[in-house]
Amino acid sequence: MAWSDNNDNKKQDPWAEKGGQQGPPDLDQAFRKLQGQFKNMFSGGGGGDSGSSDGGSGKKFTLSPWLFVIVALVIVGIWAAFGVYTLDEQEQAVVLRLGKAQETLKDPGLNWNPPIIDVVEPVNVTKVNSLPHSAMMLTEDENIIAVDLVVQYRVANAKDYVIQIRDPVKSLEHATESALRHVVGSSQMDGLITEGREILGDEVMSRIQQYVNEYKTGIRVSKVNIDSVGPPSAVQDAFDDVQKAKEDQVRAVNEADAYSASVIPEARGNAQRQIEEANAYRDRVIARASGETNRFIKLLEEYQVAPDVTRDRLYITALESVLTASSKVMVDVQGGNNVLLLPLDQLQRNVSATDAAASDTLLRTLNPNN
Amino acid sequence: MKVRTIVIGVVLVLAVALALNSFFIVDERQRAIILRFGEAVPTTKELVGFHLKIPIADEIKFFDGRILTLDTVPERFYTSEKKPLIVDSFVKWRIHDTTKYYQNTSGIEANANQILEERVNEGLRNQIGRRDMHEVVSGERDQLMLELTTNLNEVMREETGITVIDVRVKRIDLPTEVSESVFERMVSERTIEANQYRANGTEQRLAIEADANRQKVVIEANAFRDAEEIRGDGDAEAARIYAEAYGRDPEFYEFYRSINAYVTVFQEGNSLMILDPSSDFLKYLKSASGD
Repeated sequence: MAWSDNNDNKKQDPWAEKGGQQGPPDLDQAFRKLQGQFKNMFSGGGGGDSGSSDGGSGKKFTLSPWLFVIVALVIVGIWAAFGVYTLDEQEQAVVLRLGKAQETLKDPGLNWNPPIIDVVEPVNVTKVNSLPHSAMMLTEDENIIAVDLVVQYRVANAKDYVIQIRDPVKSLEHATESALRHVVGSSQMDGLITEGREILGDEVMSRIQQYVNEYKTGIRVSKVNIDSVGPPSAVQDAFDDVQKAKEDQVRAVNEADAYSASVIPEARGNAQRQIEEANAYRDRVIARASGETNRFIKLLEEYQVAPDVTRDRLYITALESVLTASSKVMVDVQGGNNVLLLPLDQLQRNVSATDAAASDTLLRTLNPNN
Repeated sequence: MKVRTIVIGVVLVLAVALALNSFFIVDERQRAIILRFGEAVPTTKELVGFHLKIPIADEIKFFDGRILTLDTVPERFYTSEKKPLIVDSFVKWRIHDTTKYYQNTSGIEANANQILEERVNEGLRNQIGRRDMHEVVSGERDQLMLELTTNLNEVMREETGITVIDVRVKRIDLPTEVSESVFERMVSERTIEANQYRANGTEQRLAIEADANRQKVVIEANAFRDAEEIRGDGDAEAARIYAEAYGRDPEFYEFYRSINAYVTVFQEGNSLMILDPSSDFLKYLKSASGD
């Protein structure tokens, strides 16, 4: 750099000659000397140059050119000092040299750019920023829903971010609003509320990115989080009631299933019982039949050996048993045609009241013939 | 001596002033035009960076050269079926022809915005007025915006030296009073849905219960059928056994069964028997020979 060269060459001489005389009080003096120098310069006319004036002025103006240089150097030094700056690890800087944006960006660390000539615009290029947005909007089926979302973005192209657009973040906001309403406006409410959330996020994101690219904001959208999609508060109750109704439906079905689950097994149990009862009846009837017939067959076999005797025996035994248990009235019908009056009701009473012995007595009383 | 010093000083100051006035720097974010005695100097390309100018004669006007945003005031438009919509839009624009821009807007951004806003509203009114609500809200939004942008861009480029990069609708909303009725409609729709769910629930419950009852009846009836069949099997088997056994000697069976029946019938003991002594059973009652 030119200024540093100057510095090196001229630094020693002024110090050597001036000694400790430099400082603020010198300023007045320096000005006077400067005036003198000018005067000297122009008094020499066309023939005089700086060299001759230096020689001509003699001892009185020895220090003046050096002072001039020093003042210049100090100004240059201050100017240079203002060009030093640091950039954070997150930052990059766009440099505009005499108004023209430079292709290469300044990286993090200590940097220097000539002030006035260069304008430095630092930009945070790594931080992920969040832009929240919430609004109510129309859906395709002319319903109104409320959406809350957060757009996450960072600056991907620092040069565009600085140069191409005024207020890039506001532009992102506009793009978000427009994109969200566009996507929601082309979707049905039910789809959005139930499963449309992720799709909504993706679609909105690609649309926002498309818009901000068009506006050369240099912003890259990294994610669009849909926090909530739902009906506006004015109709929330009605929507909740639908959920409740769904639950009611499930409950009704469950109750019916429970009823079904209790009734059918009971019916099956009853059925099983009926069948078992029938099986019991069948087995009983068959067993009885077998028993009765076996008894008969056994008797029959013996009967066939001695039919008459057996028949008589059976007959007499049976009648004996019958007549033993009954009240008896013997009437000899063939013996006489006499009318027999039987007090049947009395007899009946007696029969029910008395035992077999009493019947025997009655029998005897009633049969005076024998 | 003294006068000369003053003259030298003045000349020096003037020289510096002239030097400073003989160049200008245009930031890349800016656009500029040179006005030479008030008349625009045509330039072949954009003035960016360091440029020389004629001191005093040339005046430089600077404008913002970045993409600018016009955020319009929300306005009410009517769709083709005369439904009102509140539309809020924004326009992205940028100076394209600096001279034309200066001529038409005096270089004042607000003037440019005003011209734009009028045009945008006019364009929106036309575009929305040609479409029905559904097309505006969903179907043709992109196309609507594209047409609007294209038309507006053509006109503005020609007239004011502005490039319209994009026109977008931020919000398309219904006016408050319409929103209220939309909410009411939404509520009524939800009520229908809720009632439907509940009615479906009742329907399913009744169906399931009826089915359960049917199954119960069928199961019991089937069981009765099977049970009767089993009983019938039993009866049949018993009958077969009886028939097989008694068929060996029907006459004896008749006798045997009858006397057994007599015993059973008269077992009770409360019966009164009137006997004829001439009966077979009592034949020995009369005589030992039985005659």
